[in-house]
Amino acid sequence: MATSSDLGFFLLVTIVKVAIILWVLLTAIAYLTWLERKVIGHIQSRWGPYLVGPHGLLQPLADGVKFLFKEDIMPADADRLVYWLAPFIAMVTAFLSIAVIPFGESFELRGHVIPLQITDLNVGLLFVFAVTSLGVYSIVLAGWASNSKYPLFGGLRSSAQMISYELALGLGVVGVLMISGTLSLRGIAASQLGFWRLGGILILPRWNIFLQPVGFLVYFMAAIAETNRVPFDLPEGETELVAGFHTEYSSFKFAMFFMSEYANMVTVSCLATLLFFGGWSGPVFGPGWLRVLLPVFWFCLKVFCFLFFYIWVRGTLPRFRYDQLMAFGWKFLLPLGLANILVTSFVLAWIHS
Amino acid sequence: MLQDYIPVLVQLIAVVAVAGGILGASALVGKKRPTREKLSPYECGSVPVGNARERFSISFYLVGMLFILFDVEAVFLYPWAVVYKSLKWFGFIEMFVYIAILLAGYLYLWKKGALDWSR
Amino acid sequence: MLAIFYMAAAVAVLAAMAVVFQRTPVYSALSLIVVLGALAVVYLLLDAPFIAMIQVIVYAGAIMVLFVLVIMLLNARPEEPTRGSRFAHWLGVPLLIVFLGEFSYLIFRRFPARAAPSAADASPEAIGHLLFRSYVLPFEVTSILIVVAILGAVVLAKKQL
Repeated sequence: MATSSDLGFFLLVTIVKVAIILWVLLTAIAYLTWLERKVIGHIQSRWGPYLVGPHGLLQPLADGVKFLFKEDIMPADADRLVYWLAPFIAMVTAFLSIAVIPFGESFELRGHVIPLQITDLNVGLLFVFAVTSLGVYSIVLAGWASNSKYPLFGGLRSSAQMISYELALGLGVVGVLMISGTLSLRGIAASQLGFWRLGGILILPRWNIFLQPVGFLVYFMAAIAETNRVPFDLPEGETELVAGFHTEYSSFKFAMFFMSEYANMVTVSCLATLLFFGGWSGPVFGPGWLRVLLPVFWFCLKVFCFLFFYIWVRGTLPRFRYDQLMAFGWKFLLPLGLANILVTSFVLAWIHS
Repeated sequence: MLQDYIPVLVQLIAVVAVAGGILGASALVGKKRPTREKLSPYECGSVPVGNARERFSISFYLVGMLFILFDVEAVFLYPWAVVYKSLKWFGFIEMFVYIAILLAGYLYLWKKGALDWSR
Repeated sequence: MLAIFYMAAAVAVLAAMAVVFQRTPVYSALSLIVVLGALAVVYLLLDAPFIAMIQVIVYAGAIMVLFVLVIMLLNARPEEPTRGSRFAHWLGVPLLIVFLGEFSYLIFRRFPARAAPSAADASPEAIGHLLFRSYVLPFEVTSILIVVAILGAVVLAKKQL
């Protein structure tokens, strides 16, 4: 996919894209924390952040400044290098996988076609999984390096949970791969454009959710567990483990764990949109520039719905017990994912022969 | 082909810079007034007892082991799924046999209680 | 292209040496993860992106997690340096040199020129076609291997069967 023969232009475009996407992602994460506190507040009949700026809109900025100036405390017996490394790994792995997420079609600039995506890999989905699988280390190492009991237990629990649900996450998407026949995220999203027709009438968009509802359920439940969110937030269960793996972390190192958690939420929501909800597909009309921007809008809207759902779940559901959590992953999601694969392959073989 | 990975490298460099910058900035700007109590491990206010790095339950080890095995299985599913439309019934039977054999192992695990956390 | 290869190779070799020379087991494990990551880059350079990703997912993301868990499980402390026997020095060092010489001689004889990456297609689709048409039996046997490993894991982890 050589978008340009001119390597300098290609590099420049790439750097601009990376800068814009990182800026958008960081801002989105900051305001996701605001949204979360606001929505949870309203669910619990409170106001949420209200004092800093109109409706507390400047709260994320205030939080950032506060984190920056807070004292950085490292426990005396901590392993210094690994203690620093853990939040670093968390943030790098969380922010790297966004590189392969497509968020729209493409546009032309001075004769070059520029896709709205940092890069499209023919193994894009596996790239996201590979980077996510490295994210486990941040939590294990944070718990170990602190040399304190609660973080150690939190880190261990969390790693066991994350690796268990990584399996279910991987199995949930296999059905989609069978239908689209590619691992490129752009290819998977593009295969869902258009409509199914019945007697000349448009009935449904060609989204995979209508073909793979079970696969989607497996994927999304596993994704919530993979990002350590309620009701699967055992690693941070404050009633039993204080704050889990990041108990001993303070100042911006603490914030980095949260930023990576939210970045991971954004990534799995983007994946859910791309794999099951048609990516950027949606009604497109109007002049050229609108035809470029509307798909991006539809994509962001769908991702926002998932993020809102995350927050909604947090405001609604209680937490699992740890043995229930492991049983749910190993005894329910895993066999369900496998069964879904077999049924899908049976039906597909039936149709195609 | 390899050109597709240049942007990944750019992204990696940018993210490392941002993460490193944040770590550095907060280490430079934040005040530092350590005391002995502040630097002791947090145990809800009581005096810490013993070392944290104790040996722990073997169940975590078992989960790690089973994860590797099922991960290897899942890895085979991806190329299979991608070419499935050209394999058709042949592909279905192949994977059916494969998963059926694995299912025997899985049922053994279930029966032995290896999947139960609270035995 | 070649520059990237030498960089990845240098990282792999240095990290591999760190695995051996580190005294703290967790640092050794982390260095091993770096080795595996560098190898993934080499696979990318050989036009085998699928293998590169699998390398990270299975080796760096699954097997090394188990290594780290085991190190934490055993609560392995930093190694105690031993004096080392004189016998090992007198016999080991010459043997090592002979071995390295032999090994590099064989490699240079087998691959005299700098071989270009093979033009074989290693995309996921190509691998799928190969694996599920030509190599069906090895694929099916893998599942038996996994079942055997499951039995082994249970035997190891459970006291009473």
